[in-house]
Amino acid sequence: MEWTDEALVLGAAKHGESSVIVELLTRSHGRHKGLVRGGSGGRMRGVMQAGNRVAVTWRGRLAEHLGTATLELIDANAASVLSDPTRLLALASLCAVASTALPEREAHPEVFLGALPVIALLRDDATDITHIAAALVYWELGVLGALGYGLDLTSCAVTGQTDDLAYVSPRTGRAVSRAGAGEYAERLLKLPVLTDPTPDGMLAGFDLTGYFLERSIYVPNRMRLPPARDRFLALLRR
Amino acid sequence: MAAPVISPEIDGLIQLLAKLPGLGPRSARRATLHLLKKGPSAMEPLARALTEAARNIKPCGVCGNLDTVDPCHICTDPRRDPAILCVVEEVADLWALERAAYKGRYHILGGVLSALDGVGPDDLNIASLIDRASRPEVSEVILAMNATVDGQTTAHYITDRLKDAGVTVTSLAHGVPMGGELDYLDDGTLTTALRARRPF
Repeated sequence: MEWTDEALVLGAAKHGESSVIVELLTRSHGRHKGLVRGGSGGRMRGVMQAGNRVAVTWRGRLAEHLGTATLELIDANAASVLSDPTRLLALASLCAVASTALPEREAHPEVFLGALPVIALLRDDATDITHIAAALVYWELGVLGALGYGLDLTSCAVTGQTDDLAYVSPRTGRAVSRAGAGEYAERLLKLPVLTDPTPDGMLAGFDLTGYFLERSIYVPNRMRLPPARDRFLALLRR
Repeated sequence: MAAPVISPEIDGLIQLLAKLPGLGPRSARRATLHLLKKGPSAMEPLARALTEAARNIKPCGVCGNLDTVDPCHICTDPRRDPAILCVVEEVADLWALERAAYKGRYHILGGVLSALDGVGPDDLNIASLIDRASRPEVSEVILAMNATVDGQTTAHYITDRLKDAGVTVTSLAHGVPMGGELDYLDDGTLTTALRARRPF
């Protein structure tokens, strides 16, 4: 069988002397791997950098086979951020979360489509890192939602009001307003204002998504949040 | 049952050669036949060289280079500038830079940070690099990592770790190669070259 799709490269591991196994976040086929023959050669090495947007053709005798992939570069996203440590780590964090949180071969087009504007912001030198961080928090919330662990941030779980939402219940993932939190405020997770991001607010945002990613996806699968994400947050904290 | 066409000794040699990079079973058979044809005049020096290498070559305790002495010849060469330290991923990169007539000293990391392969800072020779760079005789550290996401992530991580070492941190330029024609360059190289443009 054969299909063509567009994808973001998540990583590539050497296989034998000249081939690589590339890991992709495709638009319609989810996180998918494929063998790229001659992929470790000079011409293809640049294409298979994490974050690059590619056109992929996958072929395999059976759908469950690893199959072979041929890639054609659409956007050299990695090259645009190589010189900026924060943007590079943000890109690495996005790719690492997609690579570890998403199940293989389960289509989540919204995760792929949600990653494109984040990468567009990363490539835009005029965008400050707080706005990039906000976009990344949004994307991680989208990952949680796509996997069935979405947070309900539309109204207060206690009072039902839709304004002054400041917290999230760590148990239910529902928003709680300042009035509704009352004496429980200390035990709730902070809900940042993503539409008007601040550096501290974005760190709270990553704490929020990190908590639910860890609880719902990583801990049940005996994994931990990717080190690339930790390094990005460490850089943001400074 | 018919006797095997190839004797176990020859087959063993083919199997061993086939494990080397660049050689598959077919080319290993060709190399074996070539050696057998040349006889002891080709095989014995090769066997001696391999035995010598296995017995004497070890990683340098200072920079990580492979040599018969520890510290290696590069680390003890008085003609080399001790003020400049060039950080590379592997020994192959050191050999490549030697072709560029670089006259400083080296530090070999032994790889790069990699999320996919699970390589963290503790798996690389970063602590010894910080220690070397903090010595008073070192004034510049050149980060000569590959222009890949993992290579540059490692370079930024080291830059961060070196901020208290009191050294100038530089990196190799990325862009148009010698003899390169713009029309044939990939998008990534062109993007990097444009971003790294300089007054002319």
